[in-house]
Formats: sequence, C-alpha cells, structure tokens
Amino acid sequence: MQNEDQNGKPHTEAVCPSKKDKLDLVQVRSDIEKKNAPEFWRSLEELAGSAEFREMMHREFPKGASEWVDAVSRRGFFKLMGSSLALAGMTACTKQPFEPIVPYVKQPEELVLGRPMFYATAFTLGGYATPLLVTSREYRPIKIEGNDRHQASLGGTDVYAQASILNLYDPDRSQNVSNLGNVSTWGELVNALREPLNSQQAKKGSGIRILSQSFSSPTLADQKQQLLKKFPQAKWHFYEPVNRDNVYEGARMAFGQPVETTYKLDAADVIVSLDADFLYAGFPGMTRYARDFAKRRDPDSGNMSRFYAIESTPTSTGAKADHRLSVRASDIASFAAHLVNLSGGLGVQMPPAAAAFLGAVTQDLNARHGASVIIPGDHQPPVVHALAHALNQQLGNVGKTVFYSDPVLAYVGSHNDSLKELIADMSAGKVDLLVFLGGNPVYDAPADFGFKDVLKNSNVPLRIHLGSHNDETAELCHWHIPEADYLEAWGDTRAYDGTVSIVQPLIAPLYGGKSAIELVAVLAGEGEPTGHEIVQSYWKSKESSQIIAGHPAPFDETWRKWLEQGWVDDTTSQPKKVSAKATSFSASASASDKNAIEINFRRDPSVYDGRFANNGWLQELPKPMSKITWDNPLLMGPAMAERMHIKKMDMVRVELQNGKYLDLPVWIQAGHPDNSVTVFLGYGRQRAGRVGNEQGFDTYTLRYSDAPWFANSVKQITNRGQQYILASTQGYQTMDTGETQRPAVRVKDLEDYKKEPEFDEEKPQPNETLYNETERERVSLNEPYAWGMAIDLNACVGCNNCIIACQSENNIPIVGKDQVNRGRHMHWLRVDAYYQGDRDNPKAYFQPVPCMQCENAPCELVCPVGATTHSTEGLNDMIYNRCVGTRYCSNNCPYKVRRFNFFLFQDWDTPQFKMQRNPDVTVRSRGVMEKCTYCVQRINHKRIDAEREDRKIADGELQTACQQSCPANAIVFGNINDPNSLVSKWKAKSRNYGMLDDLNTRPRTTYTAAVRNPNTELERSSS
Amino acid sequence: MAESLRMAKPTEVEIGEQKAPVIAPGHTFASITDKIASIVLRRPITNGWLFGFAICFLILQWFLLAVCWLFYKGVGVWGVNIPVGWGFAIVNFVWWIGIGHAGTLISAILLLLRQSWRNSINRFAEAMTLFAVACAGMFPLLHLGRPWLFYWLFPYPNTMTYWPQFRSPLVWDVFAVSTYLTISLVFWFIGLIPDLASMRDQTTNKALKFVYGSLAMGWRNSVRHWHRYETAYLLLAGLATPLVLSVHTVVSFDFSIGIVPGWHTTIFPPYFVAGAIYSGFAMVLVLAIPIRRFYDIKDFITDRHLENAAMVMLATGWIVAYGYAIEAFVNWYGGDPYETFLRWNRLHGPYALSYYLLLLTNIVVPQILWVKRIRTNSIWLFFVSLDVLVGMWLERFIIVVVSLTRDFVPSSFGQYYPTWNDWSILAGTLGFFAACMFLFLRLLPAVSISELKTLIPQAEVTVKHEEEVHS
Repeated sequence: MQNEDQNGKPHTEAVCPSKKDKLDLVQVRSDIEKKNAPEFWRSLEELAGSAEFREMMHREFPKGASEWVDAVSRRGFFKLMGSSLALAGMTACTKQPFEPIVPYVKQPEELVLGRPMFYATAFTLGGYATPLLVTSREYRPIKIEGNDRHQASLGGTDVYAQASILNLYDPDRSQNVSNLGNVSTWGELVNALREPLNSQQAKKGSGIRILSQSFSSPTLADQKQQLLKKFPQAKWHFYEPVNRDNVYEGARMAFGQPVETTYKLDAADVIVSLDADFLYAGFPGMTRYARDFAKRRDPDSGNMSRFYAIESTPTSTGAKADHRLSVRASDIASFAAHLVNLSGGLGVQMPPAAAAFLGAVTQDLNARHGASVIIPGDHQPPVVHALAHALNQQLGNVGKTVFYSDPVLAYVGSHNDSLKELIADMSAGKVDLLVFLGGNPVYDAPADFGFKDVLKNSNVPLRIHLGSHNDETAELCHWHIPEADYLEAWGDTRAYDGTVSIVQPLIAPLYGGKSAIELVAVLAGEGEPTGHEIVQSYWKSKESSQIIAGHPAPFDETWRKWLEQGWVDDTTSQPKKVSAKATSFSASASASDKNAIEINFRRDPSVYDGRFANNGWLQELPKPMSKITWDNPLLMGPAMAERMHIKKMDMVRVELQNGKYLDLPVWIQAGHPDNSVTVFLGYGRQRAGRVGNEQGFDTYTLRYSDAPWFANSVKQITNRGQQYILASTQGYQTMDTGETQRPAVRVKDLEDYKKEPEFDEEKPQPNETLYNETERERVSLNEPYAWGMAIDLNACVGCNNCIIACQSENNIPIVGKDQVNRGRHMHWLRVDAYYQGDRDNPKAYFQPVPCMQCENAPCELVCPVGATTHSTEGLNDMIYNRCVGTRYCSNNCPYKVRRFNFFLFQDWDTPQFKMQRNPDVTVRSRGVMEKCTYCVQRINHKRIDAEREDRKIADGELQTACQQSCPANAIVFGNINDPNSLVSKWKAKSRNYGMLDDLNTRPRTTYTAAVRNPNTELERSSS
Repeated sequence: MAESLRMAKPTEVEIGEQKAPVIAPGHTFASITDKIASIVLRRPITNGWLFGFAICFLILQWFLLAVCWLFYKGVGVWGVNIPVGWGFAIVNFVWWIGIGHAGTLISAILLLLRQSWRNSINRFAEAMTLFAVACAGMFPLLHLGRPWLFYWLFPYPNTMTYWPQFRSPLVWDVFAVSTYLTISLVFWFIGLIPDLASMRDQTTNKALKFVYGSLAMGWRNSVRHWHRYETAYLLLAGLATPLVLSVHTVVSFDFSIGIVPGWHTTIFPPYFVAGAIYSGFAMVLVLAIPIRRFYDIKDFITDRHLENAAMVMLATGWIVAYGYAIEAFVNWYGGDPYETFLRWNRLHGPYALSYYLLLLTNIVVPQILWVKRIRTNSIWLFFVSLDVLVGMWLERFIIVVVSLTRDFVPSSFGQYYPTWNDWSILAGTLGFFAACMFLFLRLLPAVSISELKTLIPQAEVTVKHEEEVHS
C-alpha cells in the first residue's frame, strides 16, 4: 500500500473536475497495464492504495458533488461523474461470469455481434420472483422482459422488475468494500471475520445476529439452517418494511397455520377486493393476475367478470372496478364482517349507500357459488384476511378460484417482533456480530423502535452491512460490502406460486459485489465458495434426494434445462387442504377513535419502500392515479380538503396524537375516503444517491410498529400557509373541459353495449378525401406490411409497466423534477388517467398513448426540413439527424405525443449508462424532437430475419416493447394489411375507435372502447 | 409618370386648405436641405442622445448575453414546453414583422396612391421597417433547437441530398421574409441616393464626404439621373406593394395551416395584414412624435401627418376588431367542440385576463381616436400608439401561446411561464431596435430631403408656368 504513494502524484485542487478525472483515468490505465492484472476488479482494489483513489473514494462523490442543487446542474454533475476513476476502466472489461450460463433455448450459444441473446432469470421483490428473460447485447444486459413460458409471468413484467435494469447500472452503487469509511477488500473482510467467528464458535454463536429481508430462496434458507446448526445460539432476524405479516397472521387466525393464498382470476365471475391492489406491481403474482383478470374482462367473450372494489386509498386496481366503494381503511374490517354475516344477520348499522353496495355484492356472490373470489389487501389487518378466508370457504371458492399452499417466504412470523427482539438484544449488549443482509432498517424501521439510535449507541463490536448502496444503515456499520445485483450474481428465488427460478447472472459484478449467499457461506465457515457453487451444490443435493427423483438425465443436463427455461421443474407449490378453525371474528371492529383522522401508509407506486429511490426511471414514473413524479405528497379527498380549506400543493403539518409531526404538501385525490389521508413510503432518503437524496418526505417518521399501515392517530392537520411544487405530468384529469366533453376515452356499460355495439354513430367515413384513394393509401395497400396497433382500454390496468418498458427499450432520458414541472418529461408513451363523475368516488379510466402514427400526419406536413416523414409501411418516422428543432410538429400534433430535447437531457458521459443503452436506438441530443417509433428497431430486426428466410414476418412474431411487457395483454401490434392478423381482428371490433378520428388524421393506433359491467340494480340505486 | 405624380402633390395641398399643411409654410429648397442635413452634420451630439443611446446599447449587450446563454444551454432556458412549443420567440417574431409593415406601406403603397404627405415620414418609417424586420428575423433562428443548422431551411445544393420540405409554411416564411427584407433594403437605399448626394455636398468633413460620396454612387442631380431614379423607384414601389400583403399573409399561414384550434382559421391572412399595419402605424407614431419634438422638425412632420396616421390606425383597428368578431362567430357557428372550448377558454381560462386586456387595448382604447382633438394631440397619440403596440403583442400571444396551452387532448393541457431569458430577449430586441434608430438619426437624413422639396410651393413653379401658357 505504502509504495503506491510513490506513484500517486500529490493531490492538487483541479480547477476543472472533469479535467482532473481524465488525468486520473490515464494514470489508472497505465497503472493497470503495469500490474498486468488478470482480473480487472481485483486490481482496482489493489490500486485503492493510491492517494487520488483514496481521496476520491473518501469523498464518496468526486468534485462537483456540492453543485448538485437542481436538475440542470445535476445533469452537469452527471457528466463530471462520467469519467470517475473506478468506472473508467470498467466499460472496456465487460465480462460474463466465469461459470457457464445458458442462453435461452433457440439462441446460438456463440455470441453473434449485433444480435441480442436472451437469458432466463428472475427478479425478486419482497421475496417474490418475477420470472424474466433478459436481453443481452454484447454481454451487457439491456432490457428486461417477462418469461413468456413461466406461469407466473406469461411474458408480462411489473414496473419494478422492468426498471431494475437501471439499478444495475446505477453509478451511485457502492463500488468497494469499505471499513470505517476507508476502502478495503473482500479478502480483508474475510480475514477480519475469522477471529470473531472463532470466538463465537466457543459461545455457540450466541453473539451472532443476522438481519435479512424477506426471502424465498431455498438455497439461502438452507444456508440459514446450516449456519444455525453451526451456531445454535445465533439468531437470524427478518425485517422488511413492506411485509406480508398480515397475510400469514390472517391465515393463522383462520386455519391455525400460515398458508400462501393464490387466486385464479380467470375462473372468477365476481371479484371482490378488500383494499387489495392486486393489479399493481408489488402484489405477489401481479403479472399473472393482471393477465387472468384482463382475460375475463372481454365484453365480447360473453362471460365478462364483475369486479367490486371496497377500497381506501384510490389505486389503479380500484379504478378498474365496476363498482368501487370508498371507505376508510380501518372500516374495511367491519365491511368484510358484514359480507361474511350477511346471510346470517347484520351487526353494526351501515350507511344506506354502503348497505346497498354490500347487499348487491352479497347477492352477486351468492349467485355465483364457487366462481367468485375475495381478495384482501396485504396491508389490511389479519382479521380481514381471516374473514376473506372464511368468505371464500363459505362461497365454495376454495379449490376453484382460491388455492392454499405452503408459504413461499422463508419467514412467516412478524417482522416487527423480529426486529424488536434484535433491538432488545442489541441494547442488552448480547450482540457481538451483526450482519445486515441487504435492507436499510435505519431508514425504514418503525419510528418507535429508534433503530438508528440503538445501532449508534449500542456497543455491537462488529457491524457488517451488505447492500447495493452505501446507505443510511451502511453509514452506521463498520464494514460495508457492495451487494451484487441480481443480474450479477447467482441465486434462486420463488414466484408467488412457489415455482423456483435459478437466478443466473448476465454480467460479472461491475464493482466486485458479493451476494448474500456468498457472505453467509463465509459466516458459516464454508470457505469462500462462489455463488454458482453454492446454488448448484444445493440443487444437486436436492435433485438426488427428492425433486426429480428417478430422473435419468445427469445433473448437468437438468441444471442446463432449468437455466434455459427459467424455472426448476416440479417446484410449484401443491394445493394444500386446510380446515378452518371455528373462531368468531366478531371482536374485529377496531376500537380506535372513529372521529380521529386516519393516516394510511402505503408502499409507493414508484419507489416501493424506498429501495428504488435512486432509480431515475421510477422517480420520474407518474404515479398511476395522481400522475405525480419525484414526490410523495399527502393524499386527501376533495371534500375533506374543502372542509379544511386546503388546496392542492399547500404545505400542511400532520401531527400525530403522540406529538410527532411532519410537514408535507397536499395532493387532492378524487375518490379518497373522507376523514382519512394517505402517505406513500420511500421518500426523504438521505443517502440514496444523487437521484433519490432529499426527494420528497420521509414518512417513516410517522409510522409506528403498532399500526404500520393505518392508524386513527392524526391529532390535527394544519395548513402551514406555504406552497410546495409538485410535478405532475397531467394537470387536467377530467375529460370535461370548460363547456365541452371530449371523447378521448369511450365507455359503455355492458348492457348497453350488448344492445348497441356501435360506439359512434357519426363515425367518420374511412376515407374522407376528394380522390378515390390517397397516394399514401395506394402505396400502403401494396406494401407487404402496414403496421398498426390496437390498445384495449378494457384490458389496460394502468400498471405503468409500458412506460418503463418503452423508456428502457428506446433510451429515453429522465429530466428531473423541475423539468417535469415545466412539462418537458420525455416519455414516448404515457398513460393518461381520466376521472369521470362524482369527485368523491369517481370512475377512472386509463389510456396508454403512444404515437398514433397517423396516415394523414399533421406533424409531417409542417416540418420545414423534412425530418419527420412517412414510411411506406405507415410509420411516421423521425429523422433525428435532420431535425433542426422548430417544434412545429409538436404544436401540430393533436395527441401531443412528441417529446423535445429542450436541453441535453441524455447523459452522454457516464460509462454505466453507455452500457445500459439499447445499441439499436439512437441516443438523441439537444434540440431535436423525438417520439414513439413503434419500436422500429425491432421491426427491422424481424424484417432482416424474415427476408433471410424468404418469408413474411409472421403475426405475433414481432412485438413492441410496450406490448411485450404488458401483463394484461392490452396492446396488440401487427400488420393491418393482413386481415387475419390479431391486430386486424381487434380493429374490426365494433369497440374499435381512433382517438380524435374526426380530425381525419387516420391514426394507425386505435383503441377498443372500455366496457363496464356494473350491477344494474346497484347502478340504478346509486344514480 | 413621375412628373405627373409630382404635379399632383401641390394640388392636394391646395385642396386640403382647411386641413393642417403637410409642410409648414415659409420653407425653401435651401432651408429644407439645411435643416435636415444639419441634424446629421452640424448638430452636436447632445447628452440626451448619448444617454438614450447608452441605455439602448446596454440593453443590447444584455440581449447578447441572453442569446449566448440560450445557445449554450438550449431552448430549455425559455418557458416553452410540450404542449406550448412556441412561446415568446414566435410572438415577438410576428409582432416585429407586423411593425415592419408600416414602412413599406407608407413608402410604396402610399406613393402609388399619391398620398404626398407620406414624403416627410417615409424615410424613417422605412428605416424602422428594416430594423423591425431585422429584429423579427432573429427569432426564427433563436428559437430553433439546433440554431447552428438554420441554413437547412434554405434550398441549396449539398451532398446530403437534403432539400427543404416545401409544404411547410416555415419554408414559405423563409422566402417571404428574406424577399421582404431585400426589397425593403433596396427600396430604402435607392430613395436615399439623392439625399446622400446632398449630404456629400453639405459636409465639410473629408472622411464623411468620402463615405456619403461613395454611397451616393456618383449622383449629380442631372435630369437623366432623376429620370432613371424615378423610374426605378416606382418599379420598386410596384414590387414592394404585393409584398406588404404577402409577408404577413405567409406568416399567418404558419398558424392557419396548423390544426390547432385558434390557429386553423381562414380569416387569418387579411386579419394579420390589417393587424400588422395597425401596429406598424402605431410604431411610426411612437417614433415620429419624439423625433419631431427633439429634432425640432415639426415643420416637416406636422399634425397633419399624425392625424393621417391616427386615421389609418382607426381604420385598421376596426378591421382587426372585425377579425375578432368573426373568429368568435365562427367558433360558435361552426359548433366544433374544440372551437367552442377555445372561445370558452379565452373568456374563462387561465389566460382570460390577457384576452380582456387585448380587447381593451386593441379595440376599446383606440376608439378615442374618433375625437379630432386627440388625433392632433401628440401626447395622447403617443400613448394610444403605445397601447396599440401592447395590444397587438397580446393578440399574438393569445394566438400563439394560449391556443397551444389547451388544444385537443385534456391530459396534455399545459401552461406557459415565460422565463427571464424570454423577457430579456424581448427587451433586447427593443433595445436593438432603438439603438439602430438612434444611430440612424445621427448618420442619415431622417426625412427625405429630395421628396420633401416636392411639397413646397416653389416646386410648383414650372407647373404654374405651364398653366399660364395654357390659359
């Protein structure tokens, strides 16, 4: 280490940080060459001794970090970061892992440059897997797709999985092992652990505590057992702020044992949600549920299902309901109790509207014995889950639409209790070695635990944190180990149905990160096996014993097959017979103060529990109902706001009964129950990284362990008399504008639709022109392909997934809160949300809006330099090179789908982002217009394939990014010159319409109108 | 033809006896030359001029800074966004082009219409046109996302197989504005030649003599020169006349070709031209009133001129008002939901205040011009003209920006907030314009010496003689 200092020049304050970085880069390169190191990441660690490097690492961010005040200068700062020392060499050294990983079935094993390869793997959130096929270009994973053969995905993904590719390339990830803030190495950590572990051996490990997040990995579970066998007195704790405690506890109440409940929504005629957000990412099995749900929402099928939502905080799931009842979260339990008891007798008095609602629901449920499903929300207390179980049994749904099986997660106890126990041990001085396997409890533990102070003050002699970022928890630990991303490390995980997927990495760890299983192996004294060895040896032992007993193939072949297909055979959970305990749930009704304002805590639709706070795509993802980006305001119903004289974006102080308070801005959310407010978790991070730091408000400070999801605990909400700017991408969420109503979304009720399937009596003629056919039409009809898209508004669940898929596929930059607020967000595809009717409980509709690819495109006519032109196949092409940026095309676009680079929004310098981008898509520069291209790069790939084989592109062979990742199958794309293509069939439906087609733009993207299936009696009584 | 034109003028003076004269009595050829040339040649630079010029020059420097920042960062420094892709830049462009109309109208159309009173104001009105078009011409360049590629709007041979897209009104703009600028410049320069010769003859400074002499291109006041001069001048007037109408018609196509509600209107061409003349005459008055006051040339720019300009404003103001009324009528009569909403939005939307201000400044206030006392009162006229200039700017703001904020899809409705850079560039072009005017007053004869001479009685001598012979 010392001798390195001779090489290191004395550090001088460089005037220009980027200049300095360049100097560093050169030096490091030469250093590396001198060393002739076989493994690049290792040599970096050795290099760490140099003065500049240490200085740079010590400062965490290079010079210019203090510049980061707003979006513009952040961008500038990103550029400076670009040449950061540690990363500079990395780009050139992308490698696959050393162990063989297996590409997806039909792909050649050898890399063909310019051709993508696909690898099956899985993304895990809260312990539940989303099975994936990851696109790899030249050994760089660049795009996430759902594993279309896996039953839990069927090709769909959710926003978190879709955006996780950006986590891998996050330049703020921690990049080295650190000890007390100094750069260290994995080897040093292993050495440092040797002595304490030896001494623990004698104490049977009584001083060892491990805190992990929820996981379902069989390998890690096995390792846990091994570890506890070796150290019988050691304890393994779990904490996850967004957990499923209530689910398992509810099962315990109902059946005396924790079970996993899964639903078969395509078999359900009536779906009742008890505050369950089962059509949005974060709900285990969401991808499959969305697919099954949408399948039964086709009004042309003749068996459209009906969906009742009893809901507190408005969600995109509730927006899909035929009837939505807006109630406070704490009242859901009594509503559920009513549903259970209704056949018997009523207990508490219900308001008439609610009673009518419940009456209708009960009637419908009873009429469809065995073909209904009750889904309770994860955040509802155990009693609601127990009631739902009882109701599902009562209605004969079990075994038909509802299935029970063994829990997927390794830990089914209470997370709060587990953490509490750990804290008690820490305070009592019983803990000698504390290991965090991921997680960030300093930030997200319940406020009453005071975990931060305990960790700071208790004398735990050795604290080790494994995490992707040097976050709030890492700061208070002795050691921090960069955690390998799931795309960098071997592992295994289970989907909501229990099916195990082997997580195979697509790229060697960028920063020498380690996975949890590798760390646990060290703790268990198993040497330093690689993740691959650990996972494979576990499955080898399983394979010979139980799972594929009698399988003739050798293990290597079996392993290969598992990797190829993306799941381990025969691991899907088997339905389990459970019998209900005869208990009464009458004591359920919450005894809390009914008059106090209720505060709800919900996982954020964008940043989840805060772990994605540094993911720019997710930060800039408009939340499905409010379209707010970059923030977590207090959601409040319009009636309540009016009563309290609070307007949108007013700063308010929320004061709890125990005196705790938090100032945050208000967003008026139509449909939010009265006397209740909602906050999202996950914001106000201090050490998330440059994107996530200081964005929004830390609502964990109000969250207590006794009521983690909702509590009638708000003493008062006072207007602070200040304004706060919230950046929403959609300012006007109603189609009623001024004196007119605009039919952007067309809707009918199922009954009316059956009587009159036509939606628009004054539909424009197919060809309103003076000529027999337009020139364009003549050309396009003679082309082999005419691309078109149809979007089913009935199927769309508003899950936002397509936005991220498009962003990832098409190298779309993020612009920052300030620019979003100025109306300059860059999403090529947006999902418009429209509210209709009663503001206290409106109907809501989602409409994904990509480019319409108009045949008579208004944009093309007005471009002075011919930068946007029509292709013979009907695409409205954008030629970035030719664009001079008059923005006339955008003005003239009635759909406003064009996006303009007002600044240099793209980060052209950060090496990680260079790796992350899709090489088939131009990276746009400042001053040019851009827009949806129907993923023209994908069309061209398929066209080349088809032409080489001298055939036409088959229907369904080609999918756009939004279409491919849509969990609800709401988007269809294809050749409309082929009358047998699926898209032609969709367009032939009477529900099909073109947005603003009265302008005679002849859009190629059309919509199939939304059809609701309301209960006619309930509809009549409510109107 | 030229001869007959000149003969007509004194007659008109005689007919309009009851009106104020277009030139004060008592002037001779010599006194006119002397008076006008002395402003440039003998009058010392006053503190007032220095002060005014310095302020304008400072604003111009600020403008350059703002433009540098704009080019360095990108058009994002403005308030433009999606859906409002065009903001102040295009508003200013249309406004300045409109102002530029008055000069050519005065010099060409009024010449052809034998409105001899134009002779004393056409020179600086033409200068004003040039400077206004120069201001206007900057904006299409500044507002580009990639301004360094502005030349791609011109058809020129290149190896990129690149050609402009001639269906776009922006390409028409390029031709309309550049043609207009060229013709205006040539017309102005031709008109200047005899006066430059006078300046050459008047000055005692050798250097100035050389400069004016070069610019005068050897003018020797011969009959042959005069003959060719008058012919060229008339031909150019003939060429310039259709341009007055075409430029703003083409500019209005930028909007009426678009499908945005509030843009897509067939009334735009005449309505834009009338508005342009309206604002142009307002600017003429805003300039003429202080000029004649500070340079003491009330003899040449008389109340008669002011009154005539005021009457043109009143007339064009009513055409503009008619335009507003027809627009509103069509919004209602057409029954198109987007047009109906447009009307509602203008009256009740977030920018309703600007619409009411527009009606006030452009229609209500100018009605005081019906009163003769106000038409002849330079103070009143000055402020009414300023009011009209503000009003016409608001009109363009409402057309360009307010229409874009809310067009078709409610989810994409937006707002427009101008930034410091937007305001700086608007102020900057005003500074540039004024600085140019200051320089013009000191360097060139602000009133046409040769044409003014045709207005005095002595110019009639030959005519009288002929009449005597005939009688």
